[in-house]
Amino acid sequence: MAAGAGEVQNNRLALIYTSPTFLIMGLVIVFPFVYNVVVSFSNMNLQHFRDWRIVGIDNYIAVFTDRVFWYYFMKTILWTVINVFFHVAIGIWLALILDKDLRGRSFFRTILILPWAVPQYITALTWRGMFNSEYGAVSLLLQKLFGWNFSWLNDEWGAFTACLIANIWLGFPFMMVVALGGLQSIPRELYEAAEIDGSSWFDKLRTITLPLLKPVMVPAVTLGVIWTFNNFNVVWLVSNGGEPSDTSHILVSWVYKAAFRYFRMGYAAAFSMVIFAILIIFGWNFVRRTRATEAVY
Amino acid sequence: MKNPRELSLPGKVGAYAVLMAFTAFAIFPILSLISISLRPGDRLLTKSLDIIPPDATLSTYSDLFFKEPFLLWLGNSLMVSGAVTVVGVGLAATAGYAFSRYKFTGKNFAMLGLLATQMFPLTMLLLPLFIVLIKLQLYDTYWALIIAYSATALPFTTWQMKGYYDTIPYSLEEAASIDGCPPFKTFWTIVLPLAAPALVITALFSFMTAWSEYLVAAALIQDQSRFTLPLGLKMFQSSMEVKWGLYSAGALVVSLPVVILFVVLSRWLVSGLTLGSVKG
Repeated sequence: MAAGAGEVQNNRLALIYTSPTFLIMGLVIVFPFVYNVVVSFSNMNLQHFRDWRIVGIDNYIAVFTDRVFWYYFMKTILWTVINVFFHVAIGIWLALILDKDLRGRSFFRTILILPWAVPQYITALTWRGMFNSEYGAVSLLLQKLFGWNFSWLNDEWGAFTACLIANIWLGFPFMMVVALGGLQSIPRELYEAAEIDGSSWFDKLRTITLPLLKPVMVPAVTLGVIWTFNNFNVVWLVSNGGEPSDTSHILVSWVYKAAFRYFRMGYAAAFSMVIFAILIIFGWNFVRRTRATEAVY
Repeated sequence: MKNPRELSLPGKVGAYAVLMAFTAFAIFPILSLISISLRPGDRLLTKSLDIIPPDATLSTYSDLFFKEPFLLWLGNSLMVSGAVTVVGVGLAATAGYAFSRYKFTGKNFAMLGLLATQMFPLTMLLLPLFIVLIKLQLYDTYWALIIAYSATALPFTTWQMKGYYDTIPYSLEEAASIDGCPPFKTFWTIVLPLAAPALVITALFSFMTAWSEYLVAAALIQDQSRFTLPLGLKMFQSSMEVKWGLYSAGALVVSLPVVILFVVLSRWLVSGLTLGSVKG
């Protein structure tokens, strides 16, 4: 029998086809990663940009003893949990509605996908404008409706909320589209059988829809958590680099500021290694746990 | 039997109410941009909430194109995005082909490695990349952006191309090789034309990645004559007096093509994405 696709052993041709890709990935991802490990053990900063040397684990000690690390860490957790919760809840809610026979579904589907389609930096800059305390559309609307005056971007939690709203806006369509795809693959017969058994709407949601959506939503939520955790654009651009006075950062925006505004390279490199470790631990746990639950089913 | 997708009357009213509310949320920022971009210059800082101002004018748009360096940024962005598209399609088409057709040492490791790069926070790679590019004398050049963006798009597009090649029957290539057609020619004349739809998706995805990127450009480009659109638009907001009108008009012009593309492509993007992550 002739060998099928993917069964022909050919190291030479495979190398020719893949080497340009690996060259570029090596240059942009692998080498910088290794270099980052080295820098994280060095004293590189603005004074020692060229004549840096290895100083051991000083930077890591600085990261963990620095109060800002724990502060931004808690904020990042809060940021990720609130965002992903709203993305998934709104996404599934809208998907459940759009899955019904409604006039104009494809119109609504198209409009509701728009926030995902707008480039992220434009979303962030636009929401920053809308939260402007004097002329921003959000502030004007709140003022006209409730007579409520609030200077969002000058307040730590106001700026955090502004970032949250902008990010929830841009994130729910992804979950909606994924959930819609999942809903369409659920066999109709299951609902008909439940109907005969006299199940209520809520029973069907709990026993059929949500469990069968889970396999599609789990990878989407994993990606969503990683994207949100690493979401530099929204936090940086809405809060204009962590304003007021570096209080509204999450971990990744603080690393950027430490490296590119304060030029504390060694410290920033160590800090980003810690962020990376957090993500690896999360990813590994997540895979292990979802495998465990799959085995139970 | 009742159709499970049919809603009762109160159900329908509720459904439309929810849809309308979220539609309003979704288009609120877009309407706000349109409204600001149409205001005449002396009424930018108005407190009105009208969507189309009574004295609407397109003068902001003509200022944007002819008085500001917008066309320069547009040209820079087109050049960088075009180069990324060419590099991205070329590399993803060949690497994806090898992953689909050949067995080779380290294949599984390489494929998982590509996925794993998606986990790396960009901010972590940016600082060492910045230092490496300074050493290579590529800092503050278009090449820096082209290389960085290609690497950002490649993991997804390579997986996507591999998935598409997997659906093309291998017997065609076998027949060609029995007829004495060399492997490169088989790939070029038989497989690539069949993979055209996937190549189009790869091209558009690579283009959009480069077109909409801010962070890497902010770290790697300094000279204002090399600014891409994201850096230019940010400049309207960050200078001492914020130019809301110019920013809004620019944001709409920049977003419109990608938004249209994206809405058309969204179905394929999602299926490729979930496929890749489920398989991985």
